[in-house]
Order: sequence, then structure tokens, then C-alpha cells
Amino acid sequence: MSEAENNGVNAKSMTIIVTKGTLDWAYPPFILGTTAAAMGVDVTMFFTFYGLSLLKKKLDLAVSPLGNPAMKMPMMGMHMGMPNLVGMLPGVEAGATAMMKDMIKKKGVASIEELREAAVESDINIIACQMTMDLFEFKKEDMIEGVKLGGAATYMEQALKSHINLYI
Amino acid sequence: MADKTLDAKGLNCPLPILRAKKTLKEVPRGGTLEILATDPGSVADFAAFCKTTGNELVESTADGGVYRFLIKHTG
Repeated sequence: MSEAENNGVNAKSMTIIVTKGTLDWAYPPFILGTTAAAMGVDVTMFFTFYGLSLLKKKLDLAVSPLGNPAMKMPMMGMHMGMPNLVGMLPGVEAGATAMMKDMIKKKGVASIEELREAAVESDINIIACQMTMDLFEFKKEDMIEGVKLGGAATYMEQALKSHINLYI
Repeated sequence: MADKTLDAKGLNCPLPILRAKKTLKEVPRGGTLEILATDPGSVADFAAFCKTTGNELVESTADGGVYRFLIKHTG
């Protein structure tokens, strides 16, 4: 039984298309999905292209300052961005990722693993795009339990009857 | 005295809400859940959560950086 049926008060539904697989972009879909489910909304998340990385059993997410001028990290009492030329150097991406994960932990922000677990627990309908699974040569065994496979029509069937449809 | 207390201090959005929803399942209908949080965003969020889920926000207070919410399980 879905949360919405459980709850009865707020039998609304939402879909989210998840297209990005970096550490920073993993947050919006999982935060909104899990919160909506907690508020009694029936949620479907459709993972396609790089978003598929978020369904792999072992998450290995990274964030890159390259081509991201808005990424300014708090450092020495100020906020510092990173010139693209520096962002290209080996080890910078790993360093930025470690720094972001450290900040996430210190500030009591949930890890993506934690939010994903909450998504599964709250019966969010998780669909992996069959076409991109084939394109990137991912196997269903690479993904967490409970993932369904589907295509654009599977998504559309859900989206047409949903109150909110997001593309992230 | 609340039926159950959830310590969500130090947790950030959306964890206080997610934990509250989970804990609310262990509170009998008509019973109360007390939540302690330090996330300033939780003030608006618990009001919205209760309004949407049909649970009653009986109390919402702040004391020295700790926010206290009392929710009656009516949803």
C-alpha cells in the first residue's frame, strides 16, 4: 500500500525525472521525493541518463568545480570559487568532493545513501530507464533492489495522472 | 507529557520531517509526538507538514536555539 493510500488526507501524486548523477545534483530529487512521500504524496522517480548512477548499489558520487562558477566553498572565513584551469588538475575533483562530503556531515545534512534508503522505505516508485540502461551497459543486478525498468511510455502513464511533474 | 519524543537536534532538512513522519507511525491516533530540532527551517516546515497531512500542530516554540514542536496524531 502506498503512503497516499495509507494516509488518505493527501492523495496526490508527483513524478520526478532524474537526469543528473553528481553529488550536488543528487540532492534536489531525493529531498523532494522523500519529503513529498512523508507528506502523503504518491511519488514516482524516473531515472535516466546520468541519473542512473544514483541507483547503483555502491554509490561513488563526485562533484566538480569545473565549469561551475557558482560553486563557492566556505574557506578561511570567505567563499572561494575555483578557476577552471585549476579545476582541471588531477585530484581537484576528488578534493572538492571530499570537502563537500565533509561539510555535509558536519552540518547534519543527510547523505544520499540515507535519502535513497528513505525513498525505498517510503515506497517511492523507482523506475530506471531501460534505454539508457542498455546504452550505458548497466545491468539490473548493478542497481539497488526494488528498481523497476521502463521507458518513456511508462513514465508518461504516471505523469499524465500526476499533480506535479518535475524534471531535474 | 507527549506520548513520544523525537530528538532531531543537529539534523538538517529534510531529515527532521522524515524522522517525524516515521516516528508518528508509532504514536497512537490522538496521541502526541514531541520533536526537538535545531534547524531554523523546521519551524515553517513542520507547520506545512501538519497542514498538508492533517495532523495538528499543537505547539511550536523556541528556546535558546532549540525548536520544540508538539504534534497531535490526527492525520
